[in-house]
Amino acid sequence: MKDIPSWALDTAAQRGASYADARIADDRSRALSTKNSKVGGASDSESFGIGVRVIVDGAWGFAASDDLSRDAVEATAARAVDIAKASSRVKKRDIQLAPEKSVTAEWTTPFQIDPFTTSVEQNIDLLLKIDTELRSVAGVTLAETNMNFRREEQWFVSSEGANIHQTKYTSGVGYAAYAFAGSEIQKRSFPNSYGGQWQNKGYELIGELKLLENARRVGEEAVALLKAAQCPEGVFNIILDGSQLGLQIHESVGHPIELDRVLGMEANFAGTSFLTLDKLRTLRYGSDLVNVVADARQEHGPGLGTFAFDEEGVPAQCTPIITNGLFTGYLSSRETAHNIGMNRSGGTLRAECWNRLPIIRMTNISILPGEKPLTREQLIADTADGVYMETNKSWSIDDKRYNFQFSCEMGWEIKNGKRVRMLKNPSYSGITTEFWNSMNAICSKDEWTLWGTPHCGKGQPQQVMGTGHGAAPARFRNIKVGSAYKGT
Amino acid sequence: MLDQNKAAEIFERIKKHSTADEVEVLFSGGKTALTRFANNTIHQNVAEENYVVSVRTVFGERTARSTTNKLDDASLQRVVQSSERLAGVQHSDPDLLPIPEPAAPAREPSPSRHFAETAAVTPQHRAETVKKIVAVADKHNLTTAGIVSTAETVEGIFNSRGLSDWHTQTSSEISITMLAPDSSGWQKANSPNVANLDAVTLAEIAARKAIDSATPREIPPGKYTVILEPAAVLDIVGFMFFDFGGLSILDQRSFLNNRVETKLFGDNINIWDDVAHPLQSGVPFDGEGVRRQRVQLVENGVIKCLVYARATAEKMKLSEHKDKVGPIEPTGHGFPLPNEMGEAPMNIVFGTSAEPTSVEEMIASTDRGVLVTRLWYIREVDPYEKILTGMTRDGTFYVENGKIRHGVRNFRFNQSLIQMLSNVEAMGTPVRASGEESFDMVVSAMKVNDFNFTEVTKF
Repeated sequence: MKDIPSWALDTAAQRGASYADARIADDRSRALSTKNSKVGGASDSESFGIGVRVIVDGAWGFAASDDLSRDAVEATAARAVDIAKASSRVKKRDIQLAPEKSVTAEWTTPFQIDPFTTSVEQNIDLLLKIDTELRSVAGVTLAETNMNFRREEQWFVSSEGANIHQTKYTSGVGYAAYAFAGSEIQKRSFPNSYGGQWQNKGYELIGELKLLENARRVGEEAVALLKAAQCPEGVFNIILDGSQLGLQIHESVGHPIELDRVLGMEANFAGTSFLTLDKLRTLRYGSDLVNVVADARQEHGPGLGTFAFDEEGVPAQCTPIITNGLFTGYLSSRETAHNIGMNRSGGTLRAECWNRLPIIRMTNISILPGEKPLTREQLIADTADGVYMETNKSWSIDDKRYNFQFSCEMGWEIKNGKRVRMLKNPSYSGITTEFWNSMNAICSKDEWTLWGTPHCGKGQPQQVMGTGHGAAPARFRNIKVGSAYKGT
Repeated sequence: MLDQNKAAEIFERIKKHSTADEVEVLFSGGKTALTRFANNTIHQNVAEENYVVSVRTVFGERTARSTTNKLDDASLQRVVQSSERLAGVQHSDPDLLPIPEPAAPAREPSPSRHFAETAAVTPQHRAETVKKIVAVADKHNLTTAGIVSTAETVEGIFNSRGLSDWHTQTSSEISITMLAPDSSGWQKANSPNVANLDAVTLAEIAARKAIDSATPREIPPGKYTVILEPAAVLDIVGFMFFDFGGLSILDQRSFLNNRVETKLFGDNINIWDDVAHPLQSGVPFDGEGVRRQRVQLVENGVIKCLVYARATAEKMKLSEHKDKVGPIEPTGHGFPLPNEMGEAPMNIVFGTSAEPTSVEEMIASTDRGVLVTRLWYIREVDPYEKILTGMTRDGTFYVENGKIRHGVRNFRFNQSLIQMLSNVEAMGTPVRASGEESFDMVVSAMKVNDFNFTEVTKF
C-alpha cells in the first residue's frame, strides 16, 4: 500500500504540482433492517479507491479512480493536474494554504467489539424481537428497525511529508412505530428518529441503548398520539429533549459556522451564512448559558465527528464556537483559514469517501452541559407553563440559516411544573440568534448525550457525512409554537 | 468505460463462483466530472471513474445483496460469498418471487440518451463555459457561484435465468447563482445532450433576477396567489411520488391510503410516469430488470393508478385494498431487492391545459401575488394531509396589478400539497426542470391560489 500514493505524488510533481495529496480508502459497510416482522434489507458493501488532490498554477484539481494499478494511479494524478490547469483559467488569485506540520501517525477508533465479527443471524433476531414488541401494541400499523455498521480505513500522504493511517468504526441502530387511523399517521422512534443513535463505536453501542426494553413504550406512544390533543398555536416556553437540541445545534450553529459557506463557496447549493466575518467575537449568538464547541478529539467522546486527523492531515482540535453567548469561532480548512488570516486550520476538512473532494464539515458541534446539577425532570418541575418536545419529526431552515422551523414527534403540555397532557404535532419556529438568546436553562452532565447525525448532505457533487452533537435538555422562553399547522 | 460485453464476462465469472439457486447482478458507474465555481473563480474541480457490481443471491425463499467496486476475480468471489453468507442466515420470506425470466423485446426501442458530444467534454471545455458565466456576472457587477458538470454512465442487469439489459447515457448540467449585495437569482438546467444547455442565457436570467430583486421589502405572511416557476413546482410536488408505490399503501404510510380512485386534486391535474418521454432521462428497466411502463398516476384530479414491483403487485392482489386501488400489475418501478420501500415512479411528466399560459401571462393576470423562482429545504410536516414546509430562495417578487413590482424577503411556507394541486388556476407548457430537493421531471410553471406563507425571514 505504501507505494501507491507515491506513484500519484511523483506524477503530480513531475507535471508541475506545487502541492499534492493522495487518499486511499477502503470502506466497508453492513445494513440490516426489518419491517413488519420480516427482514427488509440485508446487504454488505465495500468501496476501494484513490483520490488525488493537487494545486497547479495556483488552482485546485481533483481526480479519483477505483483502479489502483500503477498505470491507473499515474493516469489519475495526471488527470488531476490537467483539471487544475483548466481551473487556473478562471481564477482571481492563487490558492494558498495555512501552514501545518506534517506528521506520520496511526490511529483507530477505540472499540470493544468489531461489529463485523458479530453474528448477522443474532442481529436480525434482535431486530425481529424489537419488531414483535412494537407490533404487540394494538394500533401499531407499521414497525421498522435498522442496524448499520461501517469501517473506513484510510491512508493519507501529502507532498509536504504527511503519512497518516486511520481506521474509523461507526455503529448505528434504531426503530420506529407508526400508527395510521382515520386521516392521521403518527410515529414514534427510539433512541432517535431517522435511524436511531449513531456513534464511532463498535458493537458495544447496540448493548448500551436498552433497545428491547423501550420498544413497547414507543409503540404505545405512537398509538396514544392519535388521540392526543393538537399542540396549540401561540408563544410558549419550550423545553427540548437532547436529541432535538442536537439537531437544532446542527442546523442553526453547525452549518452557519462553516467558513466555506461564510466565504460564498457554497452559495449555489447549501447556501451562505448570516455569520459574516465582522460578527466574529462581536455577535451575541446566545444567552450567557450558551457554550458551544467544535471538538473532534477523542476526549470529547465517540461522536461521528471524532477522528485523529482531518482529510488534509490537520490534527483534531477543540474550537470554542460560542463562549458564554459570544460568537468566537468558525469551522475552517487550510485554504479558508489562510483566506481570513488565521494562522492555522481548525481541522475540519472531511470527505465522504475516496472519490470525493474533502470539504469543510462539522465535527462534533456540542453545547456544553450546565454546571449546576439539573435533571430533565427538575427542569420540567421548574417550569410553570410550557411545552416539552421530544424527538425530531421535520426540520427546515433558510439558506443563510436565520429562519428555522422544527416539528417533533411528541409533546407534553406543562402546567405548574407537571406534564398535564400529551400533545401531538408539536412544532416551533424562530430566528437563530433570537432563539439562542432566549435559552434560560440547560441540564447538567448526567443528561448530556453525544448524538449522531449520520446523513448530513453538502457539496456538489453532494456528499453525505456523519456529524456529532452533544446536548442536554434545555429551556427557551417565549418561542413561537404551532406555525406548522397555521392556515393549513 | 465498462460495456455490456465486459459486464457479461464478469457475470459469467460471478455465476461460476456462486452456489446459490439463483443469482442476479447489477452494474452501475461511469465517468463523472464537475467544475464548481464561486466568487467568480473555479474553486473546486473534480473527476471520477468508478464501477460497482452488486450481487444478489437467492436460496429458496431467502435473498441478500453484497456490493463491491473491486472487479478482480478474488474480489468477485468474495462478494459472491458475502452475499451467500448473508442470504443463508435470513428467515424464509414466502413473498419472495423467483428471479424474473427474460421479457419479450420491447415493441419500441428506448430513445438514445447517449451523446458523443457530451461524453467528449473536457475540463478545458467546462472551464470555458464557466468563463462565459463569470463574464456575465462581471458585466452586471455581480458575484456568481455554480456548477458545470458532465457524465457518461452505465447501468445493467444480468440474472441466472437469462435476463440481461443495459443502458448507457450521458448527462450534463449547469446551475448558476448570481449574488448582489442583498439579493440573488438562480437558474439550472440539465440534459443528456450538452448542446441543449445555453450557459449565457441561463446566466443572464439569473443575473436579471438578482438585479430586479435588489433591496427586497418585507411583506406580511399570509395566503397569496403564487406563480411557481417549474423548478419550484418540481421541488415541492416531488415529495408525493413515493406515496404512489403500492407498498406504501400496504404499509399504510401513504397519503393515498383510502384515497386511490377518488378525486383529490383539481380537474386540471394529469400526471404520468413515462421513462420514454422525449424530455425524460434515465434507465428503462427497474431493479429486477422489468421494463418500465407508462402509467397514468392522476387523471383529471383523480388518483388513478399506483406503480408496482413484482412482489408488491402479488401482495396487493391478496390484500384488503385490492378492489380500491385501480389496476394491479408489475409496472417496472421496483427498487433493487431486498429493500423496504418497494417501488416509486421516478420519471414524472405533468400534463398541461389545452391552452398553456406563459409565466408572463400568469403575472399579467394577477392582481396581488408572489412570483417564486425556487424553493428550498422542503420537509414533510404532516404525512397524511401532505403538509410541507420550506423556504423561497434566489428570486422572490411581489406582483401587483399584473406587474412585477419589487423583490421581497423570502417566505417560509406550510402548505398542503393536496390543497395546492386543488388550487392551480393556470399552467404553462411542461419543460424538463431541475431543482435541488427532488428528482428532475417534466413539469410546467403553475399559478396557485391561496398558497400558505406563514413566516418571513431576514433577507
